[in-house]
Amino acid sequence: MLAFILRRLAQSVLVMAVVSVISFSLFNFVGDPVNNMVGQDATRERRAEIRLELGLDDPILVQYARFVGNILSGDFGISYRIKQPVDDLILERLPATLELVFVSAIIALVFGISLGVYTGIRRDSWISRLVLSSSLIGVSLPTFIIGIGLIYLFAVHLRWLPSSGRGGVVDLGFWKTSLLTVDGWRSIILPAITLSLFQLTLILRLVRAEMLEVMRTDYIKFARARGLSERSINFVHALRNTLVPVVTIIGLNIGGLIAFSVITETVFQWPGTGLMFIQAVDFVDVPIMAAYLVFVALLFVVINLIVDILYFVIDPRIRMGGS
Amino acid sequence: MSGDGDLPPVMLPSGRTLREPAARAEAKAPAAPPLLELRGLSVEFPTRRGTVEAARNINLVVNAGEVVGLVGESGAGKSTIGNAVIDLLERPGRVSAGSVRFEGEEIRGRTEAEMRRIRGDRIGMIFQDPQTSLNPLMTIGDQLAETIAKTTGLRGPAALARAAELLQQVGIGEARARLKSWPHEFSGGMRQRVVIALALAGDPDLIIADEPTTALDVSIQAQILDLIKALCRERKLGVIIVTHDIGVIAEIADRVAVMYRGEIVEEGPVAQILGAPRHEYTKSLIAAVPRADRKLHRFASVDYIEGGASAARRIDIANHWLGRSESPKGTGVAVEIEHLNLSFVLQKALLKKNRRMLKAVNDVSLTIREGETFGLVGESGSGKSTVARLLAGLYRPDSGMIRVLGQDVVTNPRAPEARRARRALQMIFQDPYSSLNSRMKVLDIVAEPIRFYRTTGSEEETRRVVADLLDHVGLGAAAALRYPHEFSGGQRQRISIARALASRPRILICDEPTSALDVSVQATILNLLKDLQEELGLTMLFISHDLPVIRQMCDRVAVMRHGAICETAETEQLFAAPQHDYSKHLLGLMPSMELLGPTGL
Amino acid sequence: MSAVEPRVDPAAKPPSAWARLRESDVFHSFVSTPSAMIAAAFTVIAILACFAAPLIAPFNPFDPAQISLWDGKLPPAWVEGGQAQYVLGTDNQGRDMLSTILYGGRLSIIVGMAAVGLGMVLGVGLGVIAGYVGGALDAVIMRIADVQLTIPGILLAILINGIGRAFLPPEIREEFAIYVVIIAIGLTDWPQFARVARGATLVEAQKEYVQAARVIGLPGWLIMLRHILPNTLRPVLVIATIGLALAVIAEATLSFLGQGIPPTTPSLGTLIRVGNEYLFSGLWWITLFPAIALVVLVFAVNLLGDWMRDALNPKLR
Repeated sequence: MLAFILRRLAQSVLVMAVVSVISFSLFNFVGDPVNNMVGQDATRERRAEIRLELGLDDPILVQYARFVGNILSGDFGISYRIKQPVDDLILERLPATLELVFVSAIIALVFGISLGVYTGIRRDSWISRLVLSSSLIGVSLPTFIIGIGLIYLFAVHLRWLPSSGRGGVVDLGFWKTSLLTVDGWRSIILPAITLSLFQLTLILRLVRAEMLEVMRTDYIKFARARGLSERSINFVHALRNTLVPVVTIIGLNIGGLIAFSVITETVFQWPGTGLMFIQAVDFVDVPIMAAYLVFVALLFVVINLIVDILYFVIDPRIRMGGS
Repeated sequence: MSGDGDLPPVMLPSGRTLREPAARAEAKAPAAPPLLELRGLSVEFPTRRGTVEAARNINLVVNAGEVVGLVGESGAGKSTIGNAVIDLLERPGRVSAGSVRFEGEEIRGRTEAEMRRIRGDRIGMIFQDPQTSLNPLMTIGDQLAETIAKTTGLRGPAALARAAELLQQVGIGEARARLKSWPHEFSGGMRQRVVIALALAGDPDLIIADEPTTALDVSIQAQILDLIKALCRERKLGVIIVTHDIGVIAEIADRVAVMYRGEIVEEGPVAQILGAPRHEYTKSLIAAVPRADRKLHRFASVDYIEGGASAARRIDIANHWLGRSESPKGTGVAVEIEHLNLSFVLQKALLKKNRRMLKAVNDVSLTIREGETFGLVGESGSGKSTVARLLAGLYRPDSGMIRVLGQDVVTNPRAPEARRARRALQMIFQDPYSSLNSRMKVLDIVAEPIRFYRTTGSEEETRRVVADLLDHVGLGAAAALRYPHEFSGGQRQRISIARALASRPRILICDEPTSALDVSVQATILNLLKDLQEELGLTMLFISHDLPVIRQMCDRVAVMRHGAICETAETEQLFAAPQHDYSKHLLGLMPSMELLGPTGL
Repeated sequence: MSAVEPRVDPAAKPPSAWARLRESDVFHSFVSTPSAMIAAAFTVIAILACFAAPLIAPFNPFDPAQISLWDGKLPPAWVEGGQAQYVLGTDNQGRDMLSTILYGGRLSIIVGMAAVGLGMVLGVGLGVIAGYVGGALDAVIMRIADVQLTIPGILLAILINGIGRAFLPPEIREEFAIYVVIIAIGLTDWPQFARVARGATLVEAQKEYVQAARVIGLPGWLIMLRHILPNTLRPVLVIATIGLALAVIAEATLSFLGQGIPPTTPSLGTLIRVGNEYLFSGLWWITLFPAIALVVLVFAVNLLGDWMRDALNPKLR
């Protein structure tokens, strides 16, 4: 167990090292950092001063070490465009993104898994057929088109729900939440549905495929031959074996939600980190791009680690170290 | 992990004494209906190319306390019958006619809920592969307790107590502790015992066992068959054993029904069917079974099955391309293997002491003389295939020496002389389905070595040679333009042989060449190999787990176990007077063929 | 019930290639699945229509002589105020919607196919080599793929695309935008292909026909090329089809975010982005028609991919 987790941890550290090299090279190879700081028309002296200040004349390894040291102490530098510390900017916008992802994840998982199990068990009912064909449409709908459609219908046409922003926000001191006001909930409905729909259909289809796969195994056939009830076969024998791969899906799903939050936040002008990232890319605001990269990679690494540990809990074969 | 080798002494609860009818058996009135009676049962599978009748007009009776064997080759429809009885045919199969009477009551056409009460409670099933028959995410105890709860209504500690009792009965020691184990912690044989315990949980009257020992080693097979037999006597069970293996039938069955293409062609007491079969198919089937008790020059031909393989057009070897081998001339010794070692890493680890290694080949030395057939025999995992693959150059040894036709092929395997020596050595594999590239035409498969080494002058000559080779192995030249999937297993094995011959080998490695084939097809392939060896003067390394086949094919034999050779001897000497304990053990496990008469010899 | 062995008479005349195709299970599954046939027909027609855009489009949206700002923002022909020559109306610059959609669709399909092609060549090549050679090379390639797979494709595409654009001097940024997008999407695609190809290679390399080829003495590259590659193509084809749908979506998303194809030569995503700005003022057709075109195209490709996954995977039948 310990060896397994240690190995995973080592792998995670490796991933983070690679990501830090990439974001470090962003600083060095994308645009000229001095130009980005002071503009094209600064004097030669002023430039040299900044070069010295930033340590740009030091050997590359020293610069990298300093970069990693800064990251570890939470210092991502100053945004070129907004001229504020990047870590403050991210911390300020993080709650918005995490709340959006959280609500979407709940929607996607609850509906995705239950519909997936249903269509896996009742594979020939008309409801299953309907769900399956609509899921294929769901996979084919780009997130931004869903967002535009929902805005047009519910915000522009019916005027039921707001089209942008977070609505009312309550400051808890360490966290600004919109989940404590009615207005906030009204605001999060459309973006959360938009964000969850694609992942929902993905989960649904994967759970169903997995369920069908398990239903074909010999141990299900043997359970039938012992006369066990349909309920027991479906929910005791099949579902548990289905859940093993589904855990991975949940990990990937949350990663996907974070990625697609960039698009959803843009469509709904949701004041989260994704919107900030897209704007940073537009203006080649390297410190924000680099910080976002590191931050997202860290999130993914943590999620994957949790998934690995969950695997361990669910599957005795891995727990025992044999296969 | 518990191996099957070190089972606790309680394992056979019955022993030999329990073969007598047990006290528990109730005397039934003489007029009582048979346990199971099938009348005119037919099963059909609608496919897009028309309806296939998998079983036709089956009549079969099974009485309490009797083991009925259902024997036939692949595709004969024998498994279908078991599934039809408990109404678990795979879609889209269905019972199209006939009746299934269980204890006098018609059970065909019952509802799913009614059938569920029969399955497990009154009819138990045992499937072929114990590796996949158990739910990997539930403990043995939970799986047993669930089935016990369904069939007897016992719950909680009472169910667990009953579960432990069942495990005890199927010969699993420390049953209480084992209840908490997961399926993957058991070996194959032990899992099959658990499967049997599950089938017995509802105290059924009839057990249908579908190839229950096919996935197991010979020694485990004997234990499982003994267990089933004992349980049948002890509990007055009716048992149907579905198998392709005449040996299993001879060992366990009281009566036997022979199936051929969906029909029962002959049925009767086992001694009569095996000793004096009446039907032509049964006769040729039994004639094709390799005999362990005497060596024959050739297998009896089984025309009934292969439909008279097209009379091979023989080629004049001396003047043919096939006879002009370029391989180096030997010195009377074809292969020398000295102190060969190979280990596989089972579990990787950074520290050497944490690594788990398997010594697949442990200090193996052997010499194969030119022109002889050398056998390697052992159970699965004994390392016999690994030796073949080392010789063929598919693995590199950790240490040791291999000389092919006097040429060292280990030290510098890429040297031109080593490559030339290796070309004189070709291999025929076990699985006729995966040993041919399904995306290539037979012509391209067979011509590949010829074209790669440019051993012919032109493409026309290549095609002519391929046609001759296909003729020679009994397929006919027209086969060249087809794809492998159009052929049966035996035909594919002939293609494999033609491909091996296309390298003009002097040495042929046959790695279980017939173990995936039906027994009748096996006989024709073995005959072909014998013929080729005589014509071309081939040296053969013949690998098999099947002792009777070894006896028929080999001049000398080495017995392998745990990666090492136990004993090397002349074949007849080994069978007459084995020296090593393990050889004696293996020979003792051979199913007795006393019942088989001299039919067709 | 597949146990019934094929028993052919080897002397009979072998079937022709066409007859073999007609007899194959895949073909049979195709002709008995109406959705697959419709999807295939639609995909083919859509691709042909887009590639033939210069021939069949009523206008050339890139020819300034054919565009008049006076005709801007006209609704579809059947709506009041619409003109018959502009069936689907015009956009804010007076370009005919139908023509721009055809030209835009062509761009979207080209970008999607090129990106999938890049990802496929890269991924399958690396995957087969990793699977066949094994050892350290395998570990390095697949570790990179694993790391990349943990980061969702669209995010990576945005990032690579952003970096690529930042590298280019502003003057030629628009001109080269399409290549940057192709590379960005292609580079995010390859791990999928690598994984599938490696998995299939590991399975195939275990099979005895590959060992037979090694015993014959064929060199590794020839075995990979002639024996393994053709046998990995089925799953790769499925991934490529689904990948095409995803690549078209990715391109549209990038363009919608303003990171992709510039409005001067708009793709479907760019059209939707531009139209979105007019949605609130009631000019729904500028967004709706390109969006429908995009969704229907992707849906047809997905439908085809869905059928292929079932038909080419014998385990699922």
